[in-house]
Amino acid sequence: MSLPDGVERRTFDGRERLATRGDPVYGEPTDGPWRLWDAGRSKLGAMLELGLDTGLGGGESVLYLGAASGTTVSHVADFCGPTYAVEFAPRPARDLVDVATGRRNLFPLLKDARQPSTYAHVVEAELDAIIQDVATRGQARVAARNRQFLRDDGRLLAVVKARSEDVTADPETVFDRVLGDLGETYEVLETTRLDRYHDDHLAVVARPRTADR
Amino acid sequence: MSNEKAGSGWFESVPPDELDAARDVIQNGSVDAPEDWPALAVDTGFAADEDDYYDTLHDATVHATREAVRERERADDQQLKYSIRAMDDAERTANELAERVAEWAGALFDEAGTGVDGARAVADRDPDTAPERRVVSLAERVTDLANEAAALRAFVERAAPAVAPNLSRMAGPVLAARLIALAGGLEDLAKKPSGTVQVLGAEEALFAHLAGRAPSPKHGIIYIHDYVRNTRPEDRGSAARALAGKLAIAARIDHYAGDLRPDLHEELDDRIAAIRARADS
Repeated sequence: MSLPDGVERRTFDGRERLATRGDPVYGEPTDGPWRLWDAGRSKLGAMLELGLDTGLGGGESVLYLGAASGTTVSHVADFCGPTYAVEFAPRPARDLVDVATGRRNLFPLLKDARQPSTYAHVVEAELDAIIQDVATRGQARVAARNRQFLRDDGRLLAVVKARSEDVTADPETVFDRVLGDLGETYEVLETTRLDRYHDDHLAVVARPRTADR
Repeated sequence: MSNEKAGSGWFESVPPDELDAARDVIQNGSVDAPEDWPALAVDTGFAADEDDYYDTLHDATVHATREAVRERERADDQQLKYSIRAMDDAERTANELAERVAEWAGALFDEAGTGVDGARAVADRDPDTAPERRVVSLAERVTDLANEAAALRAFVERAAPAVAPNLSRMAGPVLAARLIALAGGLEDLAKKPSGTVQVLGAEEALFAHLAGRAPSPKHGIIYIHDYVRNTRPEDRGSAARALAGKLAIAARIDHYAGDLRPDLHEELDDRIAAIRARADS
């Protein structure tokens, strides 16, 4: 699967790694204008590294739920268009604001992803993609509630963290349950375990269900 | 500025260069559903074109979020520590003075109640003599102190979940604040082993034990938690140990990460359920 425009494989320390163009934010290695996007630190990076068809070609408008300190979202803003970043915890959000300050297309919001009405007056409708990486129970519900921001043929790129749903249950059982719930509002197109980079995480690519599908 | 009317974007009542007005709407506004805000902003003349809109949006969201973060973080653990200590002082002093009022008022009036409620009743009286004026005035001080204690409690209940979300959810805001105050701060609490958390507030008993004069205390201030107090006495040590273990983890998450972790709370609920089930076997 080809990488989005603005994401390339470059050689760092003799290995081919993902990179985007932008100001470094967390001391990552650089190669001219390119900076390393470490798939071990970023689940979206791992999705691209593993060749999932994310539907991202570069320049998309994006809503990023669970932006944390902005590591991944900084790379997203490097190759995407308007990027709304939602994070609920103040401490990581402080770093997120610093990351956003130098990126004109990145809009940080201190909001709870479970309550979209608190940011629907800021985040626009008909977005191309929602990227979701929230460590909370009810990850499928978060995706369903945020469906309203996505255009009918847009993409949901979600990372399901088994331990956030249920620490005791077997990850496979948890994934089945979350995918079942997700299926009510989205059509799941592809899933992959990210275990090579992140334990007990399932990457999901999905698109909204509409009247005719 | 809450509850913006449905269908209105953040920019609708905000002049383009007023970052603080924008901040208020971004932080507190809400609508049911998103719309094509960039196009609407251009249509209504808020922005010259989409690029101009995104530029303004960037400055507004960065400013709003930076301020919102600062505000949430200012509600810090030290404020909580002072408030819970002041609340205890105000409650204790109100009760002490209420006893004095009850004793004195009993000598002057026919039906004088006891405690803070008794003092409130005395404060409502019309004094006739010089001694009556003094005791009514003293009762008014008691009423004020009790009201202040209640206001401090309300503040603690509001502030604790922002400072320590997991600890507050697990222990309740007041006990969470007490644990933070006993340890000296959230960071200090986060660095304590769970065995220490278990006996925080029982220092006297602990030192008696270490001196060889007493058995080891099973619990300190966490005794007031339902999971300890309402577990049968022979299982209370286990319950206190389980609770203290999870409280110590909650304090670490709150200090080092700051996000709410529902898993942790369920693990504790399960563990306590298992401990209490011993009573049925």
